[in-house]
Amino acid sequence: MPIYSDKVMEHFMNPRNVGEIEDADGIGEVGNPVCGDMMTFYIKVDDNHLSDVKFKTFGCGAAIAVSSIVSEMAKGKTLEEAKRITPALVAQELEGLPKNKYHCSNLGAQALNKAIDDYLKKQGKVAKSKKRGKDEKD
Amino acid sequence: MKKVYLDHVATTPVLPEVLEAMLPYFKDAYGNAQSLHDWGDESREAIEDARSRVADLIGAQAEEIIFTSSGTESNNFAIKGLAMAQQSKGKHIVVSAIEHFSVLHSARTLEKWGFEMTQVPVDRYGMINPDEVSRSLRKDTVLVSIMHGNSEVGTIQPIKEIAELAKEAGAIFHTDAVATAGTIPVDVRELKLDALSLAGNQFYGPKGVGALWLKKGLRIIPFLDGGVQEGGKRPGTENIPAIVGMGKAAELAKAEMESRIHRFSALRDKLIAGLLSRLEHVILTGHPTQRLPGNASFCVEFIEGEAMLMLLNHQGIAASSGSACTSRALKASHVLIAMGIPHEVAQGSLLFSFGLENTEEDVDYVLEALPPIVDRLRQMSPLYAKFLKSQKGGE
Repeated sequence: MPIYSDKVMEHFMNPRNVGEIEDADGIGEVGNPVCGDMMTFYIKVDDNHLSDVKFKTFGCGAAIAVSSIVSEMAKGKTLEEAKRITPALVAQELEGLPKNKYHCSNLGAQALNKAIDDYLKKQGKVAKSKKRGKDEKD
Repeated sequence: MKKVYLDHVATTPVLPEVLEAMLPYFKDAYGNAQSLHDWGDESREAIEDARSRVADLIGAQAEEIIFTSSGTESNNFAIKGLAMAQQSKGKHIVVSAIEHFSVLHSARTLEKWGFEMTQVPVDRYGMINPDEVSRSLRKDTVLVSIMHGNSEVGTIQPIKEIAELAKEAGAIFHTDAVATAGTIPVDVRELKLDALSLAGNQFYGPKGVGALWLKKGLRIIPFLDGGVQEGGKRPGTENIPAIVGMGKAAELAKAEMESRIHRFSALRDKLIAGLLSRLEHVILTGHPTQRLPGNASFCVEFIEGEAMLMLLNHQGIAASSGSACTSRALKASHVLIAMGIPHEVAQGSLLFSFGLENTEEDVDYVLEALPPIVDRLRQMSPLYAKFLKSQKGGE
């Protein structure tokens, strides 16, 4: 279906890092009730780095590709670096997303952010993270 | 790779005999049907011949058939044109909640023009209860339009009963028969109809041609002003190759209808039984028995339709879906929602529609290809993970 770029198709057909992390350090769940896409990200944090990232996604081809590439982009990064992954960067990395799908499928960065916030909250570093999380969304 | 086309609701292919019949009218027989010479006569005869064949298909008289560009145009024309012609009598119309957008949106346009519209609900099988139609009828109801068959879920409505109710109340009754005309027997007199829409590309004719049957004597306001084509009701130089193709397709559909129904129903039933036995948490959508012969429609829980379509396409299988993600508007099918199917279940909509080139091997191929696709997407689905956890918790 040529509505998607080759990169989206490649990630859809061979998604990286699908699954759950049993003893995750942070979990982020986002959903878009309008179009029905849902993503859950699981992270493992080691020495301020994302040592593991996994996801589960209910949604269209774009939503699955987005989740896959976000997991790839985030893995190995510091928390600060990972928080700088934006929907725009994700779309760029995927060589573009269809216009009408941009907002509903491109929830990966938000889900990852939520997972990091969840980790920080558990660590007692909630205030700083919340503010940044909000900025990132806009 | 094996290729299996199971998206005949989107369009059927053009049969070789149909194409053969059309070809001369692209090249040698190019006359304008309104011209007064041999060239014109040849084209005029071709149109009138096609008109008779289309009329024969639905038990109508040839002069009651108006050729249009599509089922969508026929529906627009019927809803707006008939209502506008009746507006001195009343400004209320009745449609169902599961009509095609060409009916629903036409009805909404009429609302903007000062009409009132009532939408009749459907039950969980997509079936309309004639009593609901009765309740919606008013003194000022001038038009009732209820589809004959729904292509998305396959449900066939008790159209004769509904038509009788509408007419007892003094309203005109139109049906969108795009999914049924040329597929199952449709007889406009027996069904007591006033107007009916059909489309050529739903029964192996070409795209770009449809027809509106209007009972003789019924008044309609044309959209287009122009010449005398189609009795002045639909002016514009006729699309002769397409009209000829629709005529040929109608003739074949009538001749082969029984055997087609028999074949499609067998394939449909094999696929439905096979999928329901192989996959858990899959529901058949639409009516279990009152359904179109080629329609096998499902909702596969915990996963989304577009992702299924993409993976099926990768295996050479063409299907369709009413999920939000597959629609440009990113809204779940209004048909599934009207049937009370929850949004997240409607997301898993998957429709296979059979046609003449399909075989039992095609069904076997789908039965083999789909379960691993469903498994794969469920393994990725947070909804499925939650469901499994809730199952464990319940034990």
